[in-house]
Amino acid sequence: MKGKLIAALTGALLLLATTGAVAQTKGKISGGVVKIGVLDDMSGLYADIGGQGDVVAAQMAVDEFGGKVLGAPIQVVSADHQNKPDVGATKAREWYDSGVNLIVGTVTSSVALAVSKVAGEKHRLFMDSGAGSTRLTNEDCNAYTVHYEYDTYATGTATAKAVIANGGKTWFFLTADYAFGKSLQQDTTNAINVAGGKVMGSVLHPLSASDFSSFLLQAQASGAQVIGLANAGGDTINSVKAASEFGITPKQKLAALLIFDTDVHSLGLKAAQGLYAAEGFYWDHNNDTRKWSKAFGERMKGKMPTMVNAGTYSSTLQYLKAVQAAGTDDPDAVMKKLKEMTLNDATVKGGKIREDGRMVHEFYLYQVKSPSESKGEWDIFKLVGAIPGDQAFQPLSLSRCPLVKK
Amino acid sequence: MNSPQRYRLAGYALLLVAGLVAPLVLYPVFLMNALCFALFACAFNLLLGYTGLLSFGHAAFFGTAAYITGYAAKVMGISTGLAILIGTAAAVLLGIIFGGLSIRRQGIYFAMITLALSQLVFFVYLQAPFTGGEDGMQAIPRGKLLWVINLDKDLTLYYVVFAIFLFGFLLIHRTIHSPFGQVMKAIRENEPRAISLGYDVNKYKLIAFVLSAGLTGLAGATNAIVFTFVTLTDVDWHTSGDVVLMTLLGGMGSIFGPVVGAFSIVTLESKLSDKVGSLVTVIIGAIFVVCVLLFRRGIVGEVQGLYRRVVGNRA
Amino acid sequence: MTQIFGVPIAALFGQLVLGLVNGCFYAMLSLGLAIIFGMLNIINFAHGALYMLGAVFTWFVLDAWNISWWWALLLAPLAVGILGIVIERVLLKRLYKVDPLYGLLLTFGLALVIEGLARYKYGSSGLPYGIPEVFQGALNLGFMFLPKYRAIVVAATLVVCFTTWFVIERTQLGAYLRAGTENPPLVQAFGINVPVMITLTYAIGVALAGLAGVLAAPTIQVSPLMGSNLIIVVFAVVVIGGMGSILGSIVTGLGLGLIEGLTKVFYSQAANTVVFMIMALVLLVRPAGLFGREK
Repeated sequence: MKGKLIAALTGALLLLATTGAVAQTKGKISGGVVKIGVLDDMSGLYADIGGQGDVVAAQMAVDEFGGKVLGAPIQVVSADHQNKPDVGATKAREWYDSGVNLIVGTVTSSVALAVSKVAGEKHRLFMDSGAGSTRLTNEDCNAYTVHYEYDTYATGTATAKAVIANGGKTWFFLTADYAFGKSLQQDTTNAINVAGGKVMGSVLHPLSASDFSSFLLQAQASGAQVIGLANAGGDTINSVKAASEFGITPKQKLAALLIFDTDVHSLGLKAAQGLYAAEGFYWDHNNDTRKWSKAFGERMKGKMPTMVNAGTYSSTLQYLKAVQAAGTDDPDAVMKKLKEMTLNDATVKGGKIREDGRMVHEFYLYQVKSPSESKGEWDIFKLVGAIPGDQAFQPLSLSRCPLVKK
Repeated sequence: MNSPQRYRLAGYALLLVAGLVAPLVLYPVFLMNALCFALFACAFNLLLGYTGLLSFGHAAFFGTAAYITGYAAKVMGISTGLAILIGTAAAVLLGIIFGGLSIRRQGIYFAMITLALSQLVFFVYLQAPFTGGEDGMQAIPRGKLLWVINLDKDLTLYYVVFAIFLFGFLLIHRTIHSPFGQVMKAIRENEPRAISLGYDVNKYKLIAFVLSAGLTGLAGATNAIVFTFVTLTDVDWHTSGDVVLMTLLGGMGSIFGPVVGAFSIVTLESKLSDKVGSLVTVIIGAIFVVCVLLFRRGIVGEVQGLYRRVVGNRA
Repeated sequence: MTQIFGVPIAALFGQLVLGLVNGCFYAMLSLGLAIIFGMLNIINFAHGALYMLGAVFTWFVLDAWNISWWWALLLAPLAVGILGIVIERVLLKRLYKVDPLYGLLLTFGLALVIEGLARYKYGSSGLPYGIPEVFQGALNLGFMFLPKYRAIVVAATLVVCFTTWFVIERTQLGAYLRAGTENPPLVQAFGINVPVMITLTYAIGVALAGLAGVLAAPTIQVSPLMGSNLIIVVFAVVVIGGMGSILGSIVTGLGLGLIEGLTKVFYSQAANTVVFMIMALVLLVRPAGLFGREK
């Protein structure tokens, strides 16, 4: 009847109406602008670690570079992936299809792996400075992905060695049930076995779990000397809190296999003191880092940057330098340049990007200060030792990446 | 051919042309996503609008087909077309199981049972290794259709997806206008009377349920190939809620309603999520509330009603 | 370490206590849901979001005005109850004449709005809330550590649940409430104001959710997602217990919490799904629920 016709016409009109709404995301590549996309968890579990700070960090790199490269303006865009791989991958695909040259940030490993796949498919660059999973430079490596700043091998190994040297031989893992947690548990287990320790068991917890009590009870029941926290951000914070509520510490030691200064700041020094923290960057390390971090703090209401923020700044800056040096924004040419360059800026000295996409640089082991040792709100770490890049990261000889010629 | 029929055919032709031309103007991936959800919503409406059953667990079928198709294509190396069929078959099977458990209950009980059953499926997939859990199943190959047509190009895939959508849509159209469809409507209007007329009501409801589940599965399987990944979002109960909203917003009473609703919601979510972040949920919820209170007929229903009031109820 | 069935005693009892505590939240929330459904024939999908509001309110009054948890125990249910009155009067009232499924859809939309607003304001990772000083620490019972606060939660829940049950099933007010939904015109003819009673019922139901939120804040941590994580399990509890049966929902809630705790000890992979599997079983064997009456 006529009703059906009306229905059909309404449908057609709405279909055409959505044209206006979506027309901006047409599939053309714009050559006149260099766009950098910051894709992060902006409101959830990892928002403090990367989040808005990464957007600021990327912008700082653009500003320092002068706002233009090879005559073209540079634009920073950002989006929230909500820790969901589908949201992240869809955004990455849409961005690459609409002219974004480089994606930075991510933090969440499952999202990073998904974005890396899209980058490989579309032949566009992805420099991850936040996610930890070593799969990015092993099974899931590709020619367009760079794994910047840190990974689970670096932090897990450094922390485990320190804890075992201090007498913690038997371990039980509390692991976030996704790519990152499993990667961290695996890399740390390898380090424990090499150092002569023993893993008694593990339990998986859902990402962003709010109540860790039942998992910690299982850790307690195992009788292990050390409870390894293979999680990050809010999960680590809640694990530490719950452990003290149930009287688990100080009888059993906690090892935070990945912890950021923002986590320690949230927990407070009283709860976190004595924990080891392996970092690629700390704001108070030297004059250059202090100067840069102060500028960061001015844009972020006094908050100090994490190593992720530093990595986002550094990767963005180095990318722009590489574009300048290559004379083009063609992804293959820029990547070639990136792997030739030695990386120097306010946050890193003598960094290099290997053929598997792994960015290698000096790594540091810190320990959380006690309240009496701290002289300021963000004075939270004391340096225990420095680890040269070729020892901190997984050696190329052990790499499972197809790009590495053996 | 008389005048109203000519108008109707013209309308359909217009839509067909719009569908064929759209990917040259709009972002194909967005369109394909919208088409998959349009099919999902139409299949869902088969149950809600035409049989009167509100299922809150349809994401289970969508996601199951997606995961099975992904697994078949990626791990078992099965050709794309066949993989989609296998995924759809899995959804049909799940539909038979869920339907069997829930069909004897009505109204609100039925809704809550379907919700809880789909949650059970969610947790199973969360733990099952083959799905990849939180990481999702990545890098599903788009492959080739019929061993010749390369689906890696978005434009090519679009026409395949459009064809699948048309197939599903026409199937629903035939079902509604068949004697079977008449019985479904009778059940919706007055179940006791239908029983008194001798119809085995539960059998009809089950068939409608399984048909709805199967077509939902087809939508999910196709969606998996479009995006080349499947994640837990596809089996999350929020997705079930999304499709209820699409149907409600578009209009339960017509076959086009869910299509309109699906396109509206997909557009809304994709345009707004950049600008307002978490407020998208608030807006979707507000639309829900407003629709339930004031626009129970949905967009298409309201437009139809307006037309009738203006022109008079002829034909 | 002494063991039962291969599990250390401390671990077993620890998980049972945790399970019981979870069960308390299931019981209180399903109680509120059962009251609302039994009396109003509405499935309040917004129940989880209102529970979350109770917890956020508790956090907020401490953060903004330094109002302690003790006051929040009183104020939060009150605030949520008032919001409930507004919701019922402005929104739900219009749907009593149409298919009850619309009520479900409306409250679903409301849940999205409330949760979306909370997530927009506070992010999704959670707001820390400390345990009130007097309840901090744990009692060393020898065979296990019992955190004091969790024991209080159990005690408070039992008191509240059984008081509510008593009021509804054994007092005159409760009788009016029950009669008012079975036969509104008749009760109205007796001079009792039925619409006010209906509003009151909804308000009490959601106030219970708000109270659960206050109790949850120190242990489960306040998060905008806490309601939606819980609401579907609570639905399953209500279906198992029997829709509309108040005693049924209390007993089922506590019982399922314990079963979940036990499952975590012996077969932890199934812990998430055990409630739904039980629900499927109950539906096959006793469709009206364990304590339900066919309406």
